Amino acid sequence: MFRRTLNRLCAREENRVGTRTVFVGNHPVSRTEAHVAQRFCDNRIVSSKYTLWNFLPKNLFEQFRRIANFYFLIIFLVQVTVDTPTSPVTSGLPLFFVITVTAIKQGYEDWLRHRADNEVNKSTVYIIENAKRVRKESEKIKVGDVVEVQADETFPCDLILLSSCTTDGTCYVTTASLDGESNCKTHYAVRDTIALCTAESIDNLQAAIECEQPQPDLYKFVGRMSIYSNSIEAVARSLGPENLLLKGAKLKNTKKIYGVAVYTGMETKMALNYQGKSQKRSAVEKSINAFLIVYLIILLTKAAVCTTLKYVWQSSPHNDEPWYNQKTQKERETLKVLKMFTDFLSFMVLFNFIIPVSMYVTVEMQKFLGSFFISWDKDFFDEEINEGALVNTSDLNEELGQVDYVFTDKTGTLTENTMEFIECCIDGHRYKDTTQEVDGLSQTDGPLPCFDKADKNREELFLRALCLCHTVEIKTNDAVDGTTESAELTYISSSPDEIALVKGAKKFGFTFLGNWNGRIRVENQRKEIEEYELLHTLNFDSVRRRMSVIVKTEGGDILLFCKGADSAVFPRVQNHEIELIKAHVEHNAMDGYRTLCVAFKEITPDDFERINAQLVEAKMALQDREEKLETIFDDIETNMNLIGATAVEDKLQDQAAETIEALHAAGLKVWVLTGDKMETARSTCYACRLFQTNTELLELTTKTIEDSERKEDRLHELLIEYRKKLMHELPRSTRSLKKAWTEHQEYGLIIDGSTLSLILNSSQDSSSNNYKSIFLQICMKCTAVLCCRMAPLQKAQIVRMVKNLKGSPITLSIGDGANDVSMILESHVGIGIKGKEGRQAARNSDYSVPKFKHLKKLLLAHGHLYYVRIAHLVQYFFYKPLYDAAYLTMYNICFTSLPILAYSLLEQHININTLISDPRLYMKISGNAMLQLGPFLYWTFLAAFEGTVFFFGTYFLFQTASLEDNGKTYGSWTFGTIVFTVLVFTVTLKLALDTRFWTWINHFVIWGSLAFYVFFSFFWGGIIWPFLKQQRMYFVFAQMLSSVSTWLAIILLIFISLFPEIILIVIKNVKRRSARRNLSGRRASDSLSSRPSVRPLLLRTFSDESNIL
Amino acid sequence: MTWSVSARGAHQPDNTAFTQQRLPAWQPLLSAGITLPLFFCAGLAFIGLGLGLFYSSNGIKELEYDYTGDLGTSNCSVCATEGQGRAPPPNCSCAWYFSLAELFPGPVYLYYELSNFYQNNRRYGVSRDDAQLSGLVSALRHPANECAPYQFSASGLPIAPCGAIANSLFNDSFSLWHQRPQGGPYVEVPLDRTAIAWWTDYHVKFRNPPLVNGSLALAFLGTAPPPNWHRPVYELSTDPNNTGFINQDFVVWMRTAALPTFRKLYARIRQGNYSAGLPRGTYRVNITYNYPVRSFGGHKLIIFSNISWMGGKNPFLGIAYLVVGSLCILLGFVMLVVYIRYQDQDDDDNDDQ
Repeated sequence: MFRRTLNRLCAREENRVGTRTVFVGNHPVSRTEAHVAQRFCDNRIVSSKYTLWNFLPKNLFEQFRRIANFYFLIIFLVQVTVDTPTSPVTSGLPLFFVITVTAIKQGYEDWLRHRADNEVNKSTVYIIENAKRVRKESEKIKVGDVVEVQADETFPCDLILLSSCTTDGTCYVTTASLDGESNCKTHYAVRDTIALCTAESIDNLQAAIECEQPQPDLYKFVGRMSIYSNSIEAVARSLGPENLLLKGAKLKNTKKIYGVAVYTGMETKMALNYQGKSQKRSAVEKSINAFLIVYLIILLTKAAVCTTLKYVWQSSPHNDEPWYNQKTQKERETLKVLKMFTDFLSFMVLFNFIIPVSMYVTVEMQKFLGSFFISWDKDFFDEEINEGALVNTSDLNEELGQVDYVFTDKTGTLTENTMEFIECCIDGHRYKDTTQEVDGLSQTDGPLPCFDKADKNREELFLRALCLCHTVEIKTNDAVDGTTESAELTYISSSPDEIALVKGAKKFGFTFLGNWNGRIRVENQRKEIEEYELLHTLNFDSVRRRMSVIVKTEGGDILLFCKGADSAVFPRVQNHEIELIKAHVEHNAMDGYRTLCVAFKEITPDDFERINAQLVEAKMALQDREEKLETIFDDIETNMNLIGATAVEDKLQDQAAETIEALHAAGLKVWVLTGDKMETARSTCYACRLFQTNTELLELTTKTIEDSERKEDRLHELLIEYRKKLMHELPRSTRSLKKAWTEHQEYGLIIDGSTLSLILNSSQDSSSNNYKSIFLQICMKCTAVLCCRMAPLQKAQIVRMVKNLKGSPITLSIGDGANDVSMILESHVGIGIKGKEGRQAARNSDYSVPKFKHLKKLLLAHGHLYYVRIAHLVQYFFYKPLYDAAYLTMYNICFTSLPILAYSLLEQHININTLISDPRLYMKISGNAMLQLGPFLYWTFLAAFEGTVFFFGTYFLFQTASLEDNGKTYGSWTFGTIVFTVLVFTVTLKLALDTRFWTWINHFVIWGSLAFYVFFSFFWGGIIWPFLKQQRMYFVFAQMLSSVSTWLAIILLIFISLFPEIILIVIKNVKRRSARRNLSGRRASDSLSSRPSVRPLLLRTFSDESNIL
Repeated sequence: MTWSVSARGAHQPDNTAFTQQRLPAWQPLLSAGITLPLFFCAGLAFIGLGLGLFYSSNGIKELEYDYTGDLGTSNCSVCATEGQGRAPPPNCSCAWYFSLAELFPGPVYLYYELSNFYQNNRRYGVSRDDAQLSGLVSALRHPANECAPYQFSASGLPIAPCGAIANSLFNDSFSLWHQRPQGGPYVEVPLDRTAIAWWTDYHVKFRNPPLVNGSLALAFLGTAPPPNWHRPVYELSTDPNNTGFINQDFVVWMRTAALPTFRKLYARIRQGNYSAGLPRGTYRVNITYNYPVRSFGGHKLIIFSNISWMGGKNPFLGIAYLVVGSLCILLGFVMLVVYIRYQDQDDDDNDDQ
């Protein structure tokens, strides 16, 4: 008995680890196998962090995990327990304020999440139970339930499609909310369940689904369905991603479907994908923490010194305990050590105001509000997609002003990713699309001698291949009667290349009409309709870099058409065909076109039988299906005949070149990381002026390392050689690298994926490290680096490598596709482009903009301003340097916070337009320049100086008998109030001095806060507040102002403390003016002599660029 | 991140000056052209003010006398030695004689000054109960804990007024006598002891507890005077408007000083023949010497001073203004030189091009 239970437990463990078994409709299917019930989570989605009961403790716990909050909590506790000069309210209230604001913010966000969760969880779904349609809430769905979904509904969980209302068991789905691809994708039901399209029949189905445990990859799914029909023997069918309907996707163009839930709730792929977005911290925040530590040390030292001084002072008995000031019995009895300790603590609490509580709140608010300016910016608005910029993380605003390295994707980022069919080449004959001749008249082109048409058969074969070998779908409008003549065919595909190709073929007379039940219909040049049976599609993947289809013609011939990158196709075709086309391909690639080669192969029926069997088997496989398929694909796609090549233009994005130039001028290093091949990438780089005509290119590619035997040695040689070259070149200028760009030979580096992996992972011995360091040295010396043939993971690898460089430069990645996500997540700042390759990048990024050109303003203007603003904000907070509880509490929050907040939101020390037009200004703030030791010390000493002025100024003032003209004397509270008033005015006026951009808000806030201070002081001191019963500040302020001397002294003290600052500013201005004159003068001469800064874009002919290739 | 799959409302950003960060703004630049004249103006104004302050401060006369009684320097030394180390010390009187060669212009104020007395010590400074002093009966019976060890008397009665400040009330008293004809009898100069405290302190902040059966003494029934006091608080003066918590001396004392050396107003001389000041002649100040200061190394001084528009004698403000004003002008000149040189240089540069 016991053993059996144990066995069962073990079995269950095993099941959970490997696969899960789902019984359709939760009917146990087999009498023979032991039925082991697996437990799955329910379909409730929980994205919220808190519930009503655990909100308070959990939120508080999380907040106090922050060092600053914890520190203030400690201080507060000390104040409560130890007898201290300041009341606990002074630190308790701000802390309470901070905590409350944060808690409210987080609570609100969580409430939103709760609401969204509920919306999803409580939505109604229909489940088939006992042959009836039962209405349920979405969260009640269990794994194994059969769910009915109607058109335009989103799937409530991950479903395996069983049947649909269509006869062929297909349904159309858009996954716009998952990956941003808005085209319809077709999903299929398993053949055996297609017919079950009523509730009754579905209920009779006895089947079990075995599939892998949940995993986040949206495009991977491996499973097997065993169907137990009347016969005892189960029929097994393979399940792939094409059978799986993902939660969050939407049913389209299909009336209803039945599906069985396999993953529910938090185990759906959508839920799994939402996790793991890590919090990025900005360099400024790190600086703040460093400052905090410095100030903490100062604080401790100060407290220690003061405690020592206190005991030195107390050592004389008449100071320690004069007759007028005796200690209580308890105080006398307290242990001296303990007393010293509490004294130390009290001093610490007394001085803890040098560490500003409210800074964190203000910084957060500044960032939060500041990020609105980015999303509000009209310049980021794109008409085409009708969207502006989006800020996903407001924590990184200032980081935009700190970027050292920019990594950019090419396709869709630098380029538009709108493809245009330019030309094709069939058997070496060039067909150019200039006229719209229906009969496919070929145009001859200057440099090519052979202008006559290729063999008609070959030409048709090529065009048929274009029409057949793709995954394009036709968007069917209900109005259009699905037949041929409607010219309004809208093609949809996940790849814009394919659309361009299909459209290209159409121009030459071959029109793709659609795909019905596995039969592709094509209209040929003679307006005849040809039908092909689609036998297999060998899908595109980025490793093979090609795709194929196997079709059966009406004549019964079985043909394989393959198209793919030249490097992927050339090795698989007969050699003698390559030469002619290769020249074409290379020429096209140089012009910046994307080229694809098309090949075909006839398959004998026998071969096809074999292939078919293999494919079916591989598709059924549960384990390693991909690998198996790949080997088969590899096997099939051999010995093909090359027919031709296509060239598709990928248009450069608007102003991409200008942006790159500006970034270069700003001292940023721009790296292009692309999956494209080298030639295409290189020409794009020239087009967008990443490489200049005079840039010397260093190549580290498979081409340069041809000798396959001794790859590593050759690589080593090259590396050493390049390094020598660079090292030799550069020491001549001892100036910073950033300046070197104007005066020196520029170097560009080109490296491809395979070489990179050779460098990074070359044989595990010590030399690999060596390679890496040499490689990095080279990279750092180059102005531009182009990495082509990159796998997504390699992109992230590169970013990580640069990130870990000495000095840990700030990196920024920009990209638009799913393949850029890893890179975006890896870098300090990730920017997504709301491009055509889907929204994944934009969703995972910190900022998303519609176009690459927006990067310029984002970095040069917004980044710069935010950085300057936040740097000022932080310094100001540490500069703001004691006394009545209310004043102290109000000081940080009310009197001095608002002006700096307004300042930090609105300041534009340099005009935005100037910033954009003069990228060199960006260099000034790079490397966290404003938050380094120098400025920090400057502010600290300024604060110390002013503190001294305040205190001693008032001290000397109080040497007199009386400050009033009626002879009455002032007390200690007046002393404090004078110091405090001077302080508030100085601090606020200092800010006014630093403000260079006075909008009405600044005016309002600065003068308003001063007025508020005065008003508050009158108010607070003017009334004996009933709830306080007594008031030690009573009328101190008013009394103080009744003395002329006090007025004069206050004015004097404010003036003295601002005096150095004013002088500095004036000197700076004088200097800057002359500097600017020099600069403008130089620039004038610059623009006359040297090349124009922005040259008009040459789109088609890169005449001068291509010369040096 | 919410789970709702609804597309984010894509609307065009508002084109307002605020959202586009294009608010009209005043961009002042502290250029030399503006600052230099400002510097000179400010400098001149400061020097002017400084001169005014300096002269009016110099015009103020002060007459002071240290009556601590160290080393037998004066006849107060007897009292000083007598009261050595005893608190409260016995009554003792001494006198200070001085003569004025000319009129000491009025109004004349009489201060006492204590040094090395830390009224700003924290333990001392909080040792009071403002609620009690505002006449709250409950606070009268239950003084605040800060008052300890002067919270309850040895017999357990609440002390009113409680705390170290009240307990250490300055209790020397002075009277001024003028020998009008040379060798004649001394005539007492009237000292106005009213209105020496802040108006708000006297009228609002300090209140006696409500009278019981019309008697202040009954109101204080059940309380004990501070241990150092000879008489209870309701007997500080016979004047009902000047006794109890609203005794002016007491109120003045309770406004603690900021620095260890401090002056407090004792009386104003403005009545009768002395409204114009103290005329020529010989004077005697009778001092009741009660307050021990030598135990903590302090000094007591008595000071006659008159007052100008800027208050008492205080050369600091005038000098500071003068210094800052001259500094302004000096730096103004320096910057002028720098500015002109830069200008020239720029012009040269421009000429070169």
